[in-house]
Amino acid sequence: MRVNGVDHPAPADTRLLLSDHLRHELGLTGTHVGCEHGVCGCCTVLLDGAPVRSCLMLAVQAEGHDVTTIEGLARDSGPLHPVQQAFHESHALQCGFCTPGFVMSVVGLLAQHPKPSAQEIDEGIAGNLCRCTGYASIRRAVTRAVELSK
Amino acid sequence: MTTRWFGAPVQRVEDDRLLRGRGRFTDDIDQGALECCFVRSPHAHARITSIDVSAARQMPGVVAVYTAADLPFGGVDLPLLIPHPNLTHGRTQRCLASDVVRYAGEAVAFVIAESRYLAEDAAELVQVEYEPLPVVITPEVAARAERLVHDDVPGNVAAEMVQEVGDVNKALAGAAHRKKLSLRYERGAASPMEGRAVWARWLSAERKLTVFDSTQSPTSIRGGLAVLFGLPESNVEVIAPDVGGGFGPKIMLFYPDELLVPYAAMQLGRPVKWTEDRQEHFTAVNQERGQVHEVEVGFDDEGRVVALSDDFIHDAGAYTPYGIILPIITAAQVPGPYRIPNYRVRFRDVYTNATPTSPYRGAGRPHACFVMERTLDAIAAELKLDRIEVRRRNLIPPHAFPYEVGVAWQDGNTVVYDSGNYPELLDRALVLLGPRPEGDGVGMGLAIYVEGTGVGPYEGAHVQVLVSGKVVAATGIPSQGQAHATVWAQVVADELGVDVADVEVTSGDTRRFPWGVGTFASRGAVTAGNAMHVAARMVAGKAKHIAAEHLEANPDDLELVDGRVRVKGSPDRGMPLAAVAVLANPVRYAFGGGTEAATQFAARPRPGPPLQEGEQPGLEATGYYSPPGSTWASGCHAAYVRVDPKTYRLEILRYVVVHDCGRVINPLVLQGQIEGGVAQGIGGAFYERLAYDADGQLRNASFMEFLMPYATEIPPIEIDHIETPSPLNPLGVKGAGEAGVIPVGAVLASAIEEATGMPITEMPLSPLKLYELSRSLNPG
Repeated sequence: MRVNGVDHPAPADTRLLLSDHLRHELGLTGTHVGCEHGVCGCCTVLLDGAPVRSCLMLAVQAEGHDVTTIEGLARDSGPLHPVQQAFHESHALQCGFCTPGFVMSVVGLLAQHPKPSAQEIDEGIAGNLCRCTGYASIRRAVTRAVELSK
Repeated sequence: MTTRWFGAPVQRVEDDRLLRGRGRFTDDIDQGALECCFVRSPHAHARITSIDVSAARQMPGVVAVYTAADLPFGGVDLPLLIPHPNLTHGRTQRCLASDVVRYAGEAVAFVIAESRYLAEDAAELVQVEYEPLPVVITPEVAARAERLVHDDVPGNVAAEMVQEVGDVNKALAGAAHRKKLSLRYERGAASPMEGRAVWARWLSAERKLTVFDSTQSPTSIRGGLAVLFGLPESNVEVIAPDVGGGFGPKIMLFYPDELLVPYAAMQLGRPVKWTEDRQEHFTAVNQERGQVHEVEVGFDDEGRVVALSDDFIHDAGAYTPYGIILPIITAAQVPGPYRIPNYRVRFRDVYTNATPTSPYRGAGRPHACFVMERTLDAIAAELKLDRIEVRRRNLIPPHAFPYEVGVAWQDGNTVVYDSGNYPELLDRALVLLGPRPEGDGVGMGLAIYVEGTGVGPYEGAHVQVLVSGKVVAATGIPSQGQAHATVWAQVVADELGVDVADVEVTSGDTRRFPWGVGTFASRGAVTAGNAMHVAARMVAGKAKHIAAEHLEANPDDLELVDGRVRVKGSPDRGMPLAAVAVLANPVRYAFGGGTEAATQFAARPRPGPPLQEGEQPGLEATGYYSPPGSTWASGCHAAYVRVDPKTYRLEILRYVVVHDCGRVINPLVLQGQIEGGVAQGIGGAFYERLAYDADGQLRNASFMEFLMPYATEIPPIEIDHIETPSPLNPLGVKGAGEAGVIPVGAVLASAIEEATGMPITEMPLSPLKLYELSRSLNPG
C-alpha cells in the first residue's frame, strides 16, 4: 500500500487493523484510536481521497490503495495545509486527540463540497466526536478553511 | 506592570505539533514495549472460587501473567486518597481482586505479551470461576440495606454527614408556604476521547523508573510509586505527555494499571505499555453523578426562601478511593448564589455494585444546581410568580461579599464567596437571550450557579531566562487541552517583558518540576497561574538587581521591556535580558552564548566574591502559590428549547451564557472552555446516561449506545462576560474549566418542563424518558 506517497510492503499479520498498522508498524502515530468500533472518528484517514475509519479496516484491505494520514497533509516544517491552518486560527482543538480525524474528515468534506452550506458542514463533521470544543470552533474552522483554500 | 499579554486572545502555541500528527500521547510511545491486557470481572458482585492462568502462561508470546498471589503488594488495599472523619467505613479495592469482586469490570488478572493482540488472546485463556452474590445497584436500594456490598459495612453507608446553618425546623414551622420535592440524577461518564494509558521503563543500572501516564496528577503518581517500590522520589520520573482530555476521572491514584505496568517493567527488564480500550474505559474508569435528593423548602408570600432542608444519598459505587469529596461539594453548593438563611443538609454516601465514583467535570455541582433551581421553579409555580422574579428576590446582593455560607468546603475550610455580581449575570443573560421565539411548544429555562474553584493546597513554578534570552517555565500540573503552555507563557511574558513566543512552558513532567498536586477542580489558572506569576516576578526582581549594578542605577528605577532591562524614562540606558542571564551565572569557562562576559577576568561592577551570601547562580526562580481559600466563579445560563410533541426530539433554539471567572487571561481559551463545557452538559442532560441493569451490568458500554453528542446535537452558544476579580490571588483570576457544564441540566429541565407541561424531576432526560413520562401522566 502507498501511504502518504510512499510504498510500503504488505502487512505480515492479516488480522492487524489498518489503524494499528499505521500507528505501530509504520510509526504514523498521528492517527489516533478512540473507540475501535467506528463511532468516534479519531482514526479517520483518506483512502483514495475519501475519509474512512482505519479501525474498521484490516490493513491488508488497504493493499493496492492510496492512504493519506494527517502526517501526509503538510511537509515536515512547511506551511500547514489550509484545513490545519484554519483549525489553528479558529481554536478548533484543545487536547488534540480527535483533531487528526476531524482534519481528515474536513479535507474529505471540502474535496466533495468546496463551498459547503451550514448543514453540509454539520453533516460533514458529524461522524467525528470531540469532547473538548463543543464543535462551535470546528464549524468556524471549516468556514475559515474554505476561505484559505481559495 | 504594563500588561500586554494578559487578557489578549493569543493563539495557542500547542497547536502546530498536534495538527501535524506529531503530538505525543502515551500510546504513541513504544520503544519495543511489551503490551498488556486485563482480565476483568464480568460479574457485579461475586466470590472468586478459582483462578487458573496456566494455559495463558504457556501461550507463545506471553511473557507474564499476574494475579494477586503473584504480587508483593497483592494483599494491600489501594490508598484512600482523601480521608475524612465522617468517612467511617471507607473501602478501597486491591490491585487485582482475589476474593470478592464488587463491580463488573474490576481487575482480576493482568497479561503481558509481545503484542496487544497476543495479550488479548491469552486473556481469553485465563479461567476464573465465580460464585455470584446478590447485587446492589441503585442508591435507593443501597440505602434500604437489604443486601450488602461489603459484609463489614452496615447499611452500605460509607459516610454520613449532617450540617445546619440557622434553625431549619423552626423556620420551616414558621414559613407561610412549604413544599417537598424528590429529585434524582443518574450516572454519566466523562468519556475523554483518549482512554487511559501507561508506559513504563526501568533502568536497573541507574535504578531509575520512568513512567508516562495519561494522568491529571503525575506528581502524586510519582510520590506513590516511590513509596510502593521503596525508591527515592528522585529515582522516579512521571510524565503526563499530551493527554487526550481528562475531565476528572484521570485523577485517580491508583488505577491498578498505574502500579502493574511499572511493576512489570521492573520485573521483566523491558518497557511495558498498557492502553485501555473503550469498552473497559466504560466499566473500569470512575464515573459520577448518581444522587437522590429529598428536599423541603419553606418560603414567604414573595417567594423568598426562609428555610431549605436537603437529605440526599450519594452513589459511591463499590469503593471510596476519593473519599467523600463529591457529596461534600454537593452539600456545599446547593445554596448557590442564593441567600438561604436556614439550611440543613444531610447526606449518606452509600456503596453499590457499580464502578467507583470520583469527580467528573462539575463534580457534585450539576446535581446541586439542579436541586436549587428546580426548587426555585417549584416556588414560582406554587405562588404563580415569574421564575426570573423569584430568583431575583433570592440572589445574594453585590455588596454582600465576602459572603459566608457556613457549610464545609472540600479544602477543609468553610464556604466563603470572595466576590461576584449575581444580579448583573441575570440581567445580562436576559438581554442576551432576547425575545421568545414564535411558535408553539417553546420553553425557556434559566439557571444561576456558583463554582468554588482554585482549591489548594498549592502549585509551584520554575522560570528561567536562558543566556539566549529565551525563557523556559515549568509547573507540575499537566494539561489535557486547557492550553497551559499558552496562558502561562502570557503570564510569564508580562512579568519579564518578553514576547510570548519566547516563553516555552513544560507542564506535567516531574523531571522539570517535581512538586505540586494536579489538574482538577478548575484550579490550574488560579494555582499554577499565580505560581508562574510569583516565580516570574522573582526572576524579574533578580534581573533588576543584577542589571542595576552594571547600569549603575537603582533597581527600583528599572523596568523589563521588549527583552531588555532598562532605566525608566531613559530607554537607551539598558541591557538585553540575555546579557543579564549571562551575568547571573559567574563562570570560569566561557561556553559560548556570550558567557565570556561572566568570566573571572571580565570587568565586574562590585568587589567581593562573584556570588555573595544569599545569592544563587542563574537567572531563575522557583515560586509557589497556596490559596487561602477557594475563589468563587459564577454564571448564568439561559435557553429557549422546543420539544417535538410526537418524537420528543429536543431542539435548542438559543443558548446563552454569561460568565464571571474574574480577570480573563485568554478570551479564546476561555471561550473554548465554555463552549466545550456546555456541550458536555447538553450531552449529560439529554443524551448520555449509564444504563445499569438490576444485575449491575452496564448495558450501553460503547459509543454506539452511550450517545455522546455530535456537532448535529450542539447549538451555537452565545457568550458574554463580567469580571469581578478575585481578591484572593495576585492575578485576580478564578477557575473556568468546569463552569460550562454545571447549570445545563437545570436550564434544560426548566425549559423542557415549560415546553411540555410535564414535571421534570430527574436527569438525564432523553426522548424515551419524556415519552415514558408522558405515558405515566396520561395512561392509556
